[in-house]
Amino acid sequence: MGYDAVLAETIGIEGANGDEIEAYSARPLDGGTRGGVVVIHHMPGYDRESKETVRRFATEGYNAVCPNLYHREAPGAAPDDAAATARANGGVPDERLVGDVGGAATWLRRLPASNGKVGTIGYCSGGRQAFLTALELDIQGAVDCYGAFVVGEPPEGFPIRVRPLGDRIGELRAPLLGMFGNDDKHPSPADVDELEKLLREAGKEYEFHRYDDTGHSFFSVDRPAYRPASAVDGWEKILAFFCAKLGSAVDKGA
Amino acid sequence: MCTYSTEKIDVERSSGKGADGWFPLRTATVYYDHPVHAPDDHTVNIDFLAPDRGPGARVAVELSLDTAKALLEALQVTVERAAHH
Repeated sequence: MGYDAVLAETIGIEGANGDEIEAYSARPLDGGTRGGVVVIHHMPGYDRESKETVRRFATEGYNAVCPNLYHREAPGAAPDDAAATARANGGVPDERLVGDVGGAATWLRRLPASNGKVGTIGYCSGGRQAFLTALELDIQGAVDCYGAFVVGEPPEGFPIRVRPLGDRIGELRAPLLGMFGNDDKHPSPADVDELEKLLREAGKEYEFHRYDDTGHSFFSVDRPAYRPASAVDGWEKILAFFCAKLGSAVDKGA
Repeated sequence: MCTYSTEKIDVERSSGKGADGWFPLRTATVYYDHPVHAPDDHTVNIDFLAPDRGPGARVAVELSLDTAKALLEALQVTVERAAHH
């Protein structure tokens, strides 16, 4: 039997503006150096399933951390209460998101078990935010899971503070993996087509996977939107992408 | 889909009962999005909030679309009836 111990714990990291924010980390304890993954939680918040995703990445061999993006509005609150507060406040400002995820990436790189490479993955609103990190931060790969408004205008009267990022495609600094459901409305298949066109025209490295009979949030195992076949295939694609961009899960220096 | 779209209203002279008892309400958000607990992909969600008392000062409901329509009718009838009191 191989040694498979994982340490999972709540930690404090330095986020945007030097603020200390809560985060959840899971790391393998079997030695060697490895890549790091920043998990950007979905709009419903820093919840049990987001933490489960962090643990999954650790069991796959990566150092992983998920910053609580709602920590400032709702320290110590239940995830659903925190998400309601964040929604009422208009969501997470882009600048703060970049600072928080950048802080998480720095925290990962400072680990003795880091190989210096970091990727980001985000779900739902976090999908767009993962894309944003690939514009703004020094990362080696980003995974956008059904992020809305990477392209396409938010509807009239839209209260959440997001703007499309299509005009910034040229600034993309990292390879992009995109996972989308063909029954999703935000992003719609037409939105995904447009994003793919912009990436292709800009000569950017990207890989998209689009699933039939699948809508938004198909990785969410605790919600009716969960689509096991799409999610299982999606996890394979995600792990292959991170293996290629962050190095194999562990390098024991052999 | 994550609709993100949210209606927000000021709430005055109104109260809600949460885990710690009654408290005065300040705002409410209404949105059609993924529920935390209800068994549909999307529900009409209402959060009655009192931000001055922290994130836990919240009365939340997740309503199926049919239930939300029935609630809308009931509110309409009740508000019209109140005008005659």
